Amino acid sequence: MADHKNEPHGYYTGDIHNQFVVEHHDPKSKKVIWKTFWILLMITIFEVGIAFAPIAHDILVAIFIVLTIVKAYFIIAFFMHLKHEEKSFGYTIILPFILIVYFIGMLITEGNYISMMGGIFK
Amino acid sequence: MAAEATVKQETHSANMWNGGKSPFNVSWGKMMMWFFLVSDAFTFSTLILAYGTMRHRFAEVWPKANDVFTHFPFYDGHIPLAYVALMTFILIMSSVTMVLAVDAGHRRDNKGVALWMILTIVGGFMFLGSQAWEWYHFIHGTPAGAYVMPNGEVYKVAENAYHLHHLNPPHDALVSPLHQVVSDKAVIADIKSKAEHIHGANLTRNEYGHPLFADFFFFITGFHGFHVFSGVIINIIIFLNVIAGVYKRRGHYEHIEKTGLYWHFVDLVWVFVFTFFYLV
Repeated sequence: MADHKNEPHGYYTGDIHNQFVVEHHDPKSKKVIWKTFWILLMITIFEVGIAFAPIAHDILVAIFIVLTIVKAYFIIAFFMHLKHEEKSFGYTIILPFILIVYFIGMLITEGNYISMMGGIFK
Repeated sequence: MAAEATVKQETHSANMWNGGKSPFNVSWGKMMMWFFLVSDAFTFSTLILAYGTMRHRFAEVWPKANDVFTHFPFYDGHIPLAYVALMTFILIMSSVTMVLAVDAGHRRDNKGVALWMILTIVGGFMFLGSQAWEWYHFIHGTPAGAYVMPNGEVYKVAENAYHLHHLNPPHDALVSPLHQVVSDKAVIADIKSKAEHIHGANLTRNEYGHPLFADFFFFITGFHGFHVFSGVIINIIIFLNVIAGVYKRRGHYEHIEKTGLYWHFVDLVWVFVFTFFYLV
């Protein structure tokens, strides 16, 4: 009985590889789900609320982008459970998006040149 | 205690990478779903970045989303953002029911999984219906329409420019592409004689301003809507499997997790579309 308790809890996937996957069951999982839901809903309501507030447009855009990344974090970390996966797996998924940051930098540079040239698109 | 330490040591040792075990502790199928989602996220990123670049390029004549999407069912007036906020709520809600289905799967609760899956499917259909409704209004446009000059400049009718309402322009006035009110009757008559009167938007013309706005709107929300549609189809297949007891017999509900990942990804993309198309 004691041996059984020390064995990691999990299942065999049953596919061609039939790997053994360890399951960590969180007894508070439902609480986390609803908390995430309320956070996402409150952020969305807040965004709609300040969209018509007398705030400088650039500051508003910055607030919206930060809040969007916060929402994305909550969806990925708690709804998609990436926070509960192995750390190495999380980095494997998230780090490639550095390329997107690089891409944004390239497009801003390129976009400024297009504007300086008076636009090559018309 | 000793056995626990051994398990822990083994999980973090280099032996994990020698094969036979999953160093990431995920199944092959789940890992491939994640890798697919990464590639799909790159596709959506490039679409949204292309949109951002063109919007920046045509910033001065780019339509304001708050002038375009102002409709709400059963309400005859302008309330910008409300409808799209409702759509966002529907999609977040269906994400919650999906994650509750995954949670029920962890508890091997077949009935619970079936219940939460059917609610997720209903949420998906509600979102698709909302999107169809919004496309319908965008394509058909307003009764007043707009005037497109031969050089492509779009003169909006003042009543369609919500953001100018606090200036109270006369009802028959026009709004220039640079958002200036044109109220001189002779100028208006001149514009109307040269311009073409159009309603709504398609891939070549857009009553609300630059045609590229419509192109990106149709392409990005269409591509996202197609993801929602395929997500609903996959959810239905999984739901039928749950009803048939496939996963009960298999002993685990990993398939719910995989479809769940896809469904949450669809929600995640919408969060970005909502920000960059409607809010900013």
